[in-house]
Amino acid sequence: MIKLTIDGKQLEVFEDTSILKAAEKAGIWIPTMCHCDYIEPYGVCRLCSVEVVKGKRSRIVTACNYPVREGLTVRTNSERVKWIRKIIMELMLSRWPNVPAVKEMAEQLGISKPRFESKEKDEAEDACILCGMCVNVCNDLVGKGVLGFSKMGIEREVVLPYNERSEECIACGACAYVCPTKHIKVKSLEYERGAIQDWSLASKTAIYVPTMQAVPRVPTIDEASCINKQTGGCKACQTYCEPGAINYDMKDEEIEVEVGQILITTGYQLMDLTKMPQFGYGRLDNVYSSLDFEHMLNSTGPTNGTIQCKDGSVPRAVGIIHCIGSRDENYHKYCSRVCCMYALKFAHLIKDRTTAEVYQFYIDMRAFGKGYEEFYKRLLDEGVNMIRGKVGEVTECRVDGEKPFLKVACEDTLIGKFREIPLDMVILCPAIESNADSSDLKKIFSISQSPDKFFLERHPKLDPMSTMTDGIFIAGCAQGPKDIPDSVAQASGAAAKILSLISVGEVAVDPIKAEIVEERCSGCRICNNLCPYGAISYIDEKKISFINDMLCKGCGTCVAACPSSVITGKGFTDAQIMAEIEGLLAI
Amino acid sequence: MSKPKLALYWASSCGGCEIAVVDLEAKILDVAGFFEIVLWPCVMDFKYKDIEALPDGDITLCLFNGAIRTSENEHLAKMLRAKSKVMVAFGSCAGDGAIPSLANFYDKDSIYEYVFKTCPSLEESSRGVYPETKTTMPEGEIEIPVFWETVKTLDQVIDVDYYIPGCPPQTFQIAAAVEAVIDILQNGKPLPPKGTVLGAGDKTCCDDCTRVKSEKKIKKFYRPQDIITDPEQCLLEQGIVCMGPATRNGCEALCMKANMGCRGCYGPPEGVLDQGAKMVSALSSVIDAQNPEDAKKIIDTIADPLGTFYRFSMASSILRRVQKKNNK
Repeated sequence: MIKLTIDGKQLEVFEDTSILKAAEKAGIWIPTMCHCDYIEPYGVCRLCSVEVVKGKRSRIVTACNYPVREGLTVRTNSERVKWIRKIIMELMLSRWPNVPAVKEMAEQLGISKPRFESKEKDEAEDACILCGMCVNVCNDLVGKGVLGFSKMGIEREVVLPYNERSEECIACGACAYVCPTKHIKVKSLEYERGAIQDWSLASKTAIYVPTMQAVPRVPTIDEASCINKQTGGCKACQTYCEPGAINYDMKDEEIEVEVGQILITTGYQLMDLTKMPQFGYGRLDNVYSSLDFEHMLNSTGPTNGTIQCKDGSVPRAVGIIHCIGSRDENYHKYCSRVCCMYALKFAHLIKDRTTAEVYQFYIDMRAFGKGYEEFYKRLLDEGVNMIRGKVGEVTECRVDGEKPFLKVACEDTLIGKFREIPLDMVILCPAIESNADSSDLKKIFSISQSPDKFFLERHPKLDPMSTMTDGIFIAGCAQGPKDIPDSVAQASGAAAKILSLISVGEVAVDPIKAEIVEERCSGCRICNNLCPYGAISYIDEKKISFINDMLCKGCGTCVAACPSSVITGKGFTDAQIMAEIEGLLAI
Repeated sequence: MSKPKLALYWASSCGGCEIAVVDLEAKILDVAGFFEIVLWPCVMDFKYKDIEALPDGDITLCLFNGAIRTSENEHLAKMLRAKSKVMVAFGSCAGDGAIPSLANFYDKDSIYEYVFKTCPSLEESSRGVYPETKTTMPEGEIEIPVFWETVKTLDQVIDVDYYIPGCPPQTFQIAAAVEAVIDILQNGKPLPPKGTVLGAGDKTCCDDCTRVKSEKKIKKFYRPQDIITDPEQCLLEQGIVCMGPATRNGCEALCMKANMGCRGCYGPPEGVLDQGAKMVSALSSVIDAQNPEDAKKIIDTIADPLGTFYRFSMASSILRRVQKKNNK
């Protein structure tokens, strides 16, 4: 620690701290136009000029990059400093008279009009003021060095090399972020660069908390867009994380855990709405999926929980279309079970937060759970328009002089009429689907899928959480569409089943098993992928197949398939069966 | 002491088994030296009446090849059985019916119809002339054997002691079997249990085959001329119908070494009753289809399934023959 004096104030700071930082600590404001915390001070705007006193002599230095020394005396507000700052500011203002950042700073320094006119005057509001922050952030922080200065003096400008679009640019947007005048703009290149956007309503940073309800609620880094993962630079989040919780070297890892039982709760995915282009999702503005709208409703979401159209206006009428892809012969025949109720919730919240008219387009209202029917009745009282019928399409209509609106064409089966309803916003309720990779899981665990691709339970009524494979349980939407209370109930039931087996400690198994006569197995591997319980494996060293007694259910599939009759059912060998037949025929 | 007597006979056969014996080369001299050969119609002129004159059980070893197709085959089989101490069904025809028993897909009438009437290569003068069992000629009545309705295996007409499978049995396996017999006879060792399959293994061809086998999923079957196969990978996985998994080993996977699927000549392995049915069952287990329509499409790519799966075991299978057409 060293001691210094700024404007008569004594203070103690670490050696090599800049005067700017030391002054900040003392509560003394020094104006800057080219400084930002996460890049090296560059000293180009000269606005932070201060007077450093050494004995009887003093000199002007830039505060941002002048390191303090023991016993230094600094004046930030002397007449000489004020005079210099004024000239610098007047020069800037005369050259860029309309840039808000420059105007603001001039105002703060008490300058309303420069005393002179600039020949190089740039009257644009977003003119480049050559602060160099973009160049430095790309060089120092991002580590890409895509931007640079060209030419000298009054011709100086920030350019890309050879003024061509750079292949090196990773489109991180750091330059646009630091630019004080918004001279740099990021053009959306998401389709070209394949940037990941989870939410269609708003972009997110490379480090983000998935949702405020996430468990655990900690940020995660999107490796595809993290600058550090691409260039090794940036590290902004690490710099600012006080507990030092961010570690870029952490990698995804596979951990092997030995367990006796497994509960599969892999959930569901929502149907890809672009498969049904007639509803305009991804094509028309203000057509949202239910999850998008949930995101909008969230108080920590992109609109802070306000319901608004893309242009920021409050919608006059909102339509909620049920059964997109569910109860549909062309997509999924089943009912997704949860949509009716969340659609009613949406209607309630829209009514609560806006004055919009709400239209529900439904096939059948399935309010089957506890308290659900009552909620439906309440919604009817709130004045939600219910239209029973399938929606044909959603189109965009434009009337001269008015903002475009959406038109929903549908058949109202209760009045037997074709209707067209003008709306400002449409919310689609996509079908709940089995995950795209559920077939892989099925193979891994040797369980079955019903024709709708959800995992098949042992018995639909009496054993909905077990599978045909012992020790493998299922719960939640992995088994079929269901709402939260049902999922919780099923998962609790499955957990109880698992615990009951754990507490017993030993399990009695059926003695009917298939068995391989090891000495005679030729290892043709016909049986290898037949076992519905995954009991057959292949021993590479011996070049024979092997049956795990604990998993075998004695179904006999492999016995029938084994081309050399080496697999036999214990107690049901071919010889025994033939002898039985002969015995019967002999009577 | 007189030499032990040896008889070799061919019933309904192609003669390949005889060639396999002749292929013993110099070792044939050991055989001729140790045994007195009393019957070998393929090689030398013997008279049936000389055999008939022998006392029962006088022949020590009879190697009988060929299936039982005619009355003559059956007559000789029964006679040799009576005269022989040890009767060996030699080769696939005697053991399982093999190629001759493919005739069991048809009946006698339709075979006669084709061979003597509709066959395009028949001379016009002989078209429609059927063989008569008995014909009276100026010199007297002459007889030809009766053509049975169904081809049988040797053990379906007589009691068989041992089997040497193969089409033909591999020469090294014959040599080993002959040496074993000589060893037994010379040193008074006990005979193997009746019904033993000699000159073959007790696993399947897959055990001998050096191709890499993995989990099987078959999308389409190919005939060997339709595809260039990977020489390292299991042929079945590449869509070639290979009978290897349901065929007794012993040939050292000859066909697979030549990029051909096993034809199944060594017959069913130990414990398998019906080689063709086993193969059908195995193949249907590895067809990569999600629904019956797809499965049918894949199965339809197998050329001549009956002739493929039962090529060497029709007569010994549970089916034995295709059901005769009801004339009514």
